[in-house]
Amino acid sequence: MATFKDFRNKVKPNWCPGCGDFSVLAAMQRAFANQGLEPEDVAIVSGIGCSGRISGYVNAYGFHGVHGRALPIAQGLKLANRDLTVVAAGGDGDGFAIGMGHTIHAIRRNVDITYIVMDNQVYGLTKGQTSPRSEMGFKTKSTPKGSIEATIAPMEMALTAGAGFVAQAVSSDLKQLTRLVEEGLKHKGFSLINVYSPCVTYNKVNTYDWFKEHLVNLDDEEGYDPSNRMQAMQKLMEHNGLVTGLIYQNKERKAYEELIPGFDEKPLAKQDLKINKEQFEELVAEFA
Amino acid sequence: MIKQLSWKVGGQQGEGIDSTGEIFSIALNRMGYYLYGYRHFSSRIKGGHSNTKIRISVRPIRAVSDELDVLVAFDQETIDLNAHELHEGGVILADAKFNPTLPEGVSAQLFAVPFTKIAQDVGLAQMKNMVAVGASSALLGLPLEAFQSVIEEKFSRKGQQVVDKNMQAIQRGVEYITEQTGGPLNALRLEKSDGKKRLYMIGNDAIALGALAAGARIMAAYPITPSSEIMEYLIKQLPKFGGTVVQTEDEIAAISMVIGANYGGVRALTASAGPGLSLMTEAIGLSGMTETPAVIVNTQRGGPSTGLPTKQEQSDINAMIYSTHGEIPKIVIAPSTAEECFYDTIQAFNLAEKYQCPVIILSDLALSLGKQTVEPLDYDRIQIERGNLVTDDQELEELENSQLFKRYQFTDNGISPRILPGKKHGLHHVTGVEHDETGRPSENPLNRKKMMEKRLRKLEQGIDFKDPVHLDCKHEEADLLIVGINSTRGVIHEAMERLEEKEGVKVNHAHVRQVLPFPTDILREQMAKAKKVVVVENNATGQLANLLKLHVGMADKITHIGKYDGNPFLPSEIYNQCKELLVHGHV
Ligand SMILES: Cc1ncc(C[n+]2csc(CCOP(=O)(O)OP(=O)(O)O)c2C)c(N)n1
Ligand code: SF4
Ligand SMILES: [Mg+2]
Repeated sequence: MATFKDFRNKVKPNWCPGCGDFSVLAAMQRAFANQGLEPEDVAIVSGIGCSGRISGYVNAYGFHGVHGRALPIAQGLKLANRDLTVVAAGGDGDGFAIGMGHTIHAIRRNVDITYIVMDNQVYGLTKGQTSPRSEMGFKTKSTPKGSIEATIAPMEMALTAGAGFVAQAVSSDLKQLTRLVEEGLKHKGFSLINVYSPCVTYNKVNTYDWFKEHLVNLDDEEGYDPSNRMQAMQKLMEHNGLVTGLIYQNKERKAYEELIPGFDEKPLAKQDLKINKEQFEELVAEFA
Repeated sequence: MIKQLSWKVGGQQGEGIDSTGEIFSIALNRMGYYLYGYRHFSSRIKGGHSNTKIRISVRPIRAVSDELDVLVAFDQETIDLNAHELHEGGVILADAKFNPTLPEGVSAQLFAVPFTKIAQDVGLAQMKNMVAVGASSALLGLPLEAFQSVIEEKFSRKGQQVVDKNMQAIQRGVEYITEQTGGPLNALRLEKSDGKKRLYMIGNDAIALGALAAGARIMAAYPITPSSEIMEYLIKQLPKFGGTVVQTEDEIAAISMVIGANYGGVRALTASAGPGLSLMTEAIGLSGMTETPAVIVNTQRGGPSTGLPTKQEQSDINAMIYSTHGEIPKIVIAPSTAEECFYDTIQAFNLAEKYQCPVIILSDLALSLGKQTVEPLDYDRIQIERGNLVTDDQELEELENSQLFKRYQFTDNGISPRILPGKKHGLHHVTGVEHDETGRPSENPLNRKKMMEKRLRKLEQGIDFKDPVHLDCKHEEADLLIVGINSTRGVIHEAMERLEEKEGVKVNHAHVRQVLPFPTDILREQMAKAKKVVVVENNATGQLANLLKLHVGMADKITHIGKYDGNPFLPSEIYNQCKELLVHGHV
């Protein structure tokens, strides 16, 4: 059986020392091993950004696509081969700016993949511009006088879009993060995990210390019931979204694959391509 | 007895024009006639003039004709807009309900037939279409039985009574006209057909069926005219083969999903028109860079921007060749008949896997939506070739020691072994960033140069596409070579025949079916044999003509005949302009 070390490869990440994304990488590798997966069972599809590089750092199948499109690529892959464990990953710009349309629709569609957002509330790769996750007033290269646009609330948005699995974590708590990734992998349907993953270079406001001060851990909240959507929304609003843990899970909702008429258990990628002569004649008859 | 005739039905969009044309033409196709139908419609759903023009012939035809023999009109507007097409002695069958009148200067025979009233008598005003079908068939002297099976198939779901009533409406139409005319009109009596069984389909049906036959099991698309029929057909059929269609949030998602599915090992396609293709551009580059197969259908319509969404144009040729930044290997093919839509789509999937690159199937509105007679499709011609796809487990065992799979191995022909995720010994990375042989990002200048050359090398020796140019070139020395693309195949053919017959000039015809890589050598040979070259295309700037100038040269020989008013060419337009060119040296 594979251990988390089997999911490591020899590529040295080009992230800055201290970047939150290192923890996300470690959590992924641990979660895969803990779930009894082998490297060839896993495919990671990532976007473009510092975070997007993550698919190249895991010893598994990896597809590093274009900015904002990790989700449609990942969904196409999962529909092609439902035996694979497909994880999509990328930054907050990738998922909540350029790729926001795909995020909402992936939530609605509910293909059985896990989506991990490395949310540093800034654009890292392009050297520090504002992101839809930046707080109002946040000063960046592109907002020298401070951001004047409202912040997107991804967890609340996911709830209203009908998400079946909504969780949030922070890079500094590897244990909780790993557990949530595992829960996401196990969940049948689309799972969204937003990870506060500090950018130590371009975000001097939302730092590890800042999160320590502001985050509320739902694991410590007595009586919190993640199957209660109303309560989940209330909790998020109460704390301005600054919570960690499993926020909401709906175990009843069926994954997209389960609802496609005639969709086989056996992966499409393993099926015979050729249609037989009889079937062909039948198809053609419609046009006679 | 005549060899061919043209029939048109028109009225307000949404009042059953399509089904009238449909029933009439299916019956004729089953009788063994060759048909070609073209629908004129607007982007409104209800209201607005719409018509379907159908050409019926005892020999193969692939174009609308200049003239019209019979016009069926459900409103006066149809007469006012279309009566000028009728030749001397042509016939109008119009609903008596609106007191039809002939426009000034039109010398057609007008029959006011109480379509609506008869239909009401039989039971339902909507069946006025059937009365019109009956009246038309009486003029042509078609047997009533020809409609029986068509009506049964269309209405049996609704019960025998509905079938009977519709047949009755047809019969009453026949009777009414027979009473007026005493029998079929001599000028409209078609020669007997060969009675052979053939198919009748629109290009989009053929593309969709081709995709299914090629083994495509996932389609991801966003609806758009005139491509939606491809999606609709596959929504109906794919579930029977375990596959599915995903209606995505936009075309970027559609092409991305297609890339994901192909990466996963399933043949997948998307289909759209100009606006959608514009959105797909970045991802087409991803397919090229990551060497992931993708099949994309572009059913061209009037551009730019939203342009003329329901009209014919061929103005995306440049966009298909050049769009996406950077330099990738890409294949663009352009079928010109519904048959070719079927076989070429199968080839497209083979090419995409063989050369591991995006393949664009370029169609146009007239081909995608025009309904035409198709010779029986040959099951034995469905070949599935998956290229250098490593599936052999033995081979994989050997790879075990070599750690990472060299997905982008440098090879002589540039094509590297491909492996699907899930294979134990095939781990590798895929990225749109420049990469080394195992797919790891690399900025090394030497590697970059080699990798770029490897990718481009795949198509350098030409590709394995059957008949890159359709040649109808019987003259060793020709006065004229006409070059076209997509749906103009039949109309050029007719203009060519007319030029030879009436003007006594020698005309050759080359129809470009492979746009990228451009079939320069074949075209050069044909152009060298001709004194003049005329490029017929539905665009304003002469995109195909410019490609000829760029790749072949001989610019001073080349003249471009463009039409970009939204309508397909008529044979007379090509004939007249070619004649002009031959006589005066310019058009
Ligand atoms: C279509 C397109 N537009 C812009 C870019 C440039 N770009 C690359 S990454 C990025 C934003 C990165 O921010 P985020 O997604 O938050 O990732 P991070 O680097 O913070 O991990 C941008 C704008 C691009 N690659 N593609
Ligand atoms: S710039 Fe920020 S996000 Fe990018 S690697 Fe450095 S710390 Fe991480
Ligand atoms: Mg970011």
